[in-house]
Amino acid sequence: MAFDASNVTVNAWRRENGRVGVRNHVLILPVDDISNAAAEGVSRLIQGTIAIPHSYGRLQFGEDLELHFRTIIGTGANPNVAAVVVIGIEPGWTKIIADGIRKTGKPVAEFSIEQNGDLETIRAASWKAKEFVHWATELQKEPCPLTDLWVSTKCGESDTTTGLSSCPTVGNMYDKLIPHGLTGCFGETSEITGAEHICKSRAATPEAGEKFMKIFQAYQDEVIEPNKTSDLSDSQPTKGNILGGLTTIEEKALGNLEKIGRTSTYIDALGPAEAPEQGPGLYFMDTSSAAAECVTLMAAAGYVIHTFPTGQGNVVGHPIVPVIKISGNPRTLRTMSEHIDVDVTGVLTREMTIDQAGDALIEMITRTANGRNTAAETLGHREFSMTKLYRSA
Amino acid sequence: MTSSSVPQLLVHDRKDNCGVVVVEGLTAGTDMLCVVTEDNSEFRLTAKDDIPIGHKVALDDLKVGDTATKYGEDIGKIVAPVAKGGHLHTQNLKTKRW
Repeated sequence: MAFDASNVTVNAWRRENGRVGVRNHVLILPVDDISNAAAEGVSRLIQGTIAIPHSYGRLQFGEDLELHFRTIIGTGANPNVAAVVVIGIEPGWTKIIADGIRKTGKPVAEFSIEQNGDLETIRAASWKAKEFVHWATELQKEPCPLTDLWVSTKCGESDTTTGLSSCPTVGNMYDKLIPHGLTGCFGETSEITGAEHICKSRAATPEAGEKFMKIFQAYQDEVIEPNKTSDLSDSQPTKGNILGGLTTIEEKALGNLEKIGRTSTYIDALGPAEAPEQGPGLYFMDTSSAAAECVTLMAAAGYVIHTFPTGQGNVVGHPIVPVIKISGNPRTLRTMSEHIDVDVTGVLTREMTIDQAGDALIEMITRTANGRNTAAETLGHREFSMTKLYRSA
Repeated sequence: MTSSSVPQLLVHDRKDNCGVVVVEGLTAGTDMLCVVTEDNSEFRLTAKDDIPIGHKVALDDLKVGDTATKYGEDIGKIVAPVAKGGHLHTQNLKTKRW
């Protein structure tokens, strides 16, 4: 019987702006690299908070600064976050970040270090963080339609088994849930090379297809052509991809695109960390194919669960978004099963169909939304990696 | 499912001239059960090399300049000859891009 997603619900948090979150974090958010120590100081003192240290936020300008702000604000605004303490070195940019997150209606407090020092900042911010934890831990979950979730995807340490099993598993999930109102996202601009004609043809409108092609061509012309020293054969495919049997970027790209299924079409092509604004449906996002950078950008756009097919065994996680790992490679399941949430090795032995694998993934998304910690969460993977467009001033 | 019905090689599309080894420890001389996932059709092929799981096998004799086809699509050019049943990878297949 065909899967019916229309009446599946999950117990999750309905936020002030109507979005549904599946985690309930109190986030201690540094605006810039030199505020990491104070943010981590607060998270050490106040249990139930999480700090997300990162490497940037000073002397950036132009489009690169806009992307930094969008990533930081978007991460704080993500529905998996209940409340946010923002800490920056000075009050100006700190206020920009805090005000950006406040638009969601969630509680936000801001602190700056200059003229206070780390210790006084940690003292004041800890009092506020403690108040937020008491408040957040009393928020109640409620039944929400599964398809109210925003679910992103990106594969990593791919091999030929991802194109045969775990990527089409994600595609099957999207084909089943997107018609019922799920909001999805795929990206990895460089990793569509060789399959760009197929990707263009999967746009819902000619405008969306042209927008994708413009993003794709800009990356080829502005980044790859001026910077490449060879044919990129040592970077894309990666050494891990090649060990797993992938030979060329074209082959990798065709496997990658299996993640958008057979019938799904994307309604818009987004810039990095840009929130979708055209309602439910599938979106393309201009991202790096590096796992942590890509997951970070999609989380900043508001996605609350990430589905991650892997062949050779990528171990990435994210501080606030559960990353569900799917693998069909029996060697990876044998050697590093602690990282895999959904085993689809049966697809290769012909004991499991893609349809059954898609249902298994939907079941795991439901369980994850209801509270099951993913392998990456349990193993402490909290990668938060900013995408940087060019050198700071 | 009996082990004799578990394929050693999967092929995406009937137009493909390569397939993927999906079992560990495949040795040269193995008479492989091959399945085309597009339509579940089966055929048999003898492996000419020891080929690791996930790596590709040529389904025809391929010569320099030929195009390798997988998913029914162009995945690159043959740069060194490879025999039917042989290991197809970086030593004989290169991207046409970049």
